[in-house]
Amino acid sequence: MDKSPVLRAEGITKRFPGVVANNRVNFDVHAGEIHALLGENGAGKSTLVKILYGFYQPDSGTISLDGRPTPIRSPREARGHGIGLVFQGFTLIPALTVAENVALFLSKLDWYISPKKLAAQIQEASRRYGLELEPKTPVWQLSVGQQQRVELLKLLLTRARVLIFDEPSKVLAPHEVDTLFGIFRDLRNDGYSLVFITHKLREALTCADRITVLRQGQVAGSLNAQDASEEKLVELMFGEPLKEVATRERGSKFGKPILELVDICTRAVGTTPALRQVSLTVHEGEIVGVAGVSGNGQRELGDVILGLIKPTTGKKIFLSQEATAWPPARMIGQGVAFVPEDPLAMAVVPWFSVLENVALLSPKRFSLYGGLGMAWDKARAVARAGFERLGLNPLPERARAASLSGGNLQRLVLVRELSRDYKLVVGLYPTRGLDVRSANAVRQAFLQARAAGKGVLLISEDLSELFALSDRIVVMLRGQIVGEVRPDQTSLTEVGRMMVGVGHG
Amino acid sequence: MDKNRLAAGSFRLLLHVVLIVGVFALFLWANGKDPIQAVRDTVRINLLQWRGLWGVMVRMAPLLLTALAAAFPFRAGLINVGGEGQFFLGALLGTWAALNVPGLPQWITVPIVLLAGAVGGGLWGWIPGLLRARGWVNETISTLLLNYLAPLIVGYFVFGPWRAPELAIYPQTPEFPDVARLPALGTTRLHVGFFIGLLFLFAYWFFIHKTRWGLEMRSVGGNPEASRRLGVPVSRWVVLAMVLGGAMAGLAGIAEVAAVHYRLKLAISPGYGFMGFLVNWLAGSNPVGIVLMSFVVALIASGGFTLQITQRIPYAAVNVLLALILFVVLAKPASGILAKSLARRWKA
Repeated sequence: MDKSPVLRAEGITKRFPGVVANNRVNFDVHAGEIHALLGENGAGKSTLVKILYGFYQPDSGTISLDGRPTPIRSPREARGHGIGLVFQGFTLIPALTVAENVALFLSKLDWYISPKKLAAQIQEASRRYGLELEPKTPVWQLSVGQQQRVELLKLLLTRARVLIFDEPSKVLAPHEVDTLFGIFRDLRNDGYSLVFITHKLREALTCADRITVLRQGQVAGSLNAQDASEEKLVELMFGEPLKEVATRERGSKFGKPILELVDICTRAVGTTPALRQVSLTVHEGEIVGVAGVSGNGQRELGDVILGLIKPTTGKKIFLSQEATAWPPARMIGQGVAFVPEDPLAMAVVPWFSVLENVALLSPKRFSLYGGLGMAWDKARAVARAGFERLGLNPLPERARAASLSGGNLQRLVLVRELSRDYKLVVGLYPTRGLDVRSANAVRQAFLQARAAGKGVLLISEDLSELFALSDRIVVMLRGQIVGEVRPDQTSLTEVGRMMVGVGHG
Repeated sequence: MDKNRLAAGSFRLLLHVVLIVGVFALFLWANGKDPIQAVRDTVRINLLQWRGLWGVMVRMAPLLLTALAAAFPFRAGLINVGGEGQFFLGALLGTWAALNVPGLPQWITVPIVLLAGAVGGGLWGWIPGLLRARGWVNETISTLLLNYLAPLIVGYFVFGPWRAPELAIYPQTPEFPDVARLPALGTTRLHVGFFIGLLFLFAYWFFIHKTRWGLEMRSVGGNPEASRRLGVPVSRWVVLAMVLGGAMAGLAGIAEVAAVHYRLKLAISPGYGFMGFLVNWLAGSNPVGIVLMSFVVALIASGGFTLQITQRIPYAAVNVLLALILFVVLAKPASGILAKSLARRWKA
């Protein structure tokens, strides 16, 4: 291996409103090396590679190429320096052929492109690395795996030396992943530098020479592949339990079941996973945590409870009533409160005022003369009482939702959802993207709900949060519940292993 | 910050006006006409004479309603460009009622006729609404296509079964009985339809801003995903907003027939449905804005007829002007950037 790395990033820090995506990250890659970037969602992997590609500018830190400090101000500059990135979503034009797509990408476009020369280049590269691409095939005829290889081909023909892949395996079937990793190895042997993002341990262990683990924006550790093991990586990814969010006594008596799911199955639509035989019970005064890497059916689980998705088989029982076919309005009316992630997209109307958004949950409750008017005074009183009960500073009632910060938006949603006679709170990544104080306000509200004898279902990726709050934790993987544990009888590492499917095939 | 935005907004408006007036003047001049005289004629005849002013207001009547035909769906996040078709269907069903009601007094007959018109238009809005709610066809496409169908249906009836026997060379129905005609104000031509338009404009404002249903409908337009999660019946509102919009255009259609033409024929609209869409777009679905913009567009349309006589400019020139306005207004974002950079330079 060469002494000096081809690409080195030192002390990279990048802040977004309310979150530090990268905190003094050091990262480098040598020629002839495959380097895996491992971490949970939101650990800062994507941000880092986008900084390397010039897509984002770091707040501080330097990037050097071949030992020389080189600021990368745009993707165009990055490509000029031989750095290429394959995004998660591809940037191909389906109606054009492979050759045409490649030609579009070449930076020094001659006024006349010799199709023969280009085709020869494509065929050569395709043969050398087993890409199995024909220049004249229209892209829409290609499988996703082949399309990914077209993206790779584009980079190769622009003479990129550092090839970065943002979660390449996400869109691929297992056998396609093997093919891709085979190509990675061939490229490495030819002296290319490869960086790929993943949150799957096994991929990092099978393919990479070096593995860097990011956790909450920081480098948790960097290992050579021969020194790494599943245990070590899990520990680095999930860390040790953080301090408790709030004090609470565990294992108190629970009341009657509020929500029971029995063998729920759903149909997969598009890329959303199907739920398979999901059974789950939430009791009065209980917080049930749902752990899992996002995209393993958690969102669908929330939607089934809310009534947005009708299960194909199985039963949903709410307050001892068969509720399988209830629409969202009825579920909400009977006492389901829903606190989703990204409230601006999923919970509020951006250009409505705070007050209008509060009234929106049950417009009937605040209507006058059968709907001809709205009792805004009543809504105002409810909102005020809600802020007070949750111990929050009231928000300006006339402010538009779109003008609020993410944390305040989530407070607004909490006040709206919890200012009524509810029975069950479903949190769908309710603290994702929030600053620490806002996240704690949400957690506090959930603990309050539990203390008041309500049921709480907390879907989260933040294991320390789940451990601090939950009475029980179930783990979801590929639409199934693969395990159920009690936080005081297990460890973060153990749950982390279940989340990524170690020991479960 | 706000000052900047205001400056940018003013620049934008100024640019719009300059662009529209400038290009239209150029168009007239290139056709050998005198643009300044054209403006003078329009103002003198259509604004400074009572007769002309009444004429402008008569043209405003259908525009108020066809603007609402776009405004209701717009609040639910839908683009209804089918005002023209809904206008024709309203005229058709209203005519059917007018020609078939037995001898009832006017105060009963007229509401029945108007209601039939609203039902006709509402039906023509219901179809695209349903298609959209089911997720089958985008409402912009389907309303646009239904615009072509509606006059053909009207054509079938006026050429065929409903053709007036007394003047069989013209494709038109017999005249409405007196009891089915909309009364006019005193000796002017200004008919009740204008006030119905104002009434519905008020009702629209009240509905949208004061009622629970307005809140729900706006939430559907504002964030359908959140509305679904809040249990707001999204598809029902999609259909209803289209039906309401269609009903407004249908009302405009039958009012125009029952107050101006007294009989159904193909030439009942110089494009009121499209103009209404333009009015609503210019007004940003604001009721007061709709009144103002209807007046402007009605003035332009009336001016078109005036200029046909005084300057022998073909009426089609008005369509050029209206199209220009639409073009410039739709080019908002780009001109906004231009205006902003101008404003920045102005400050520096």
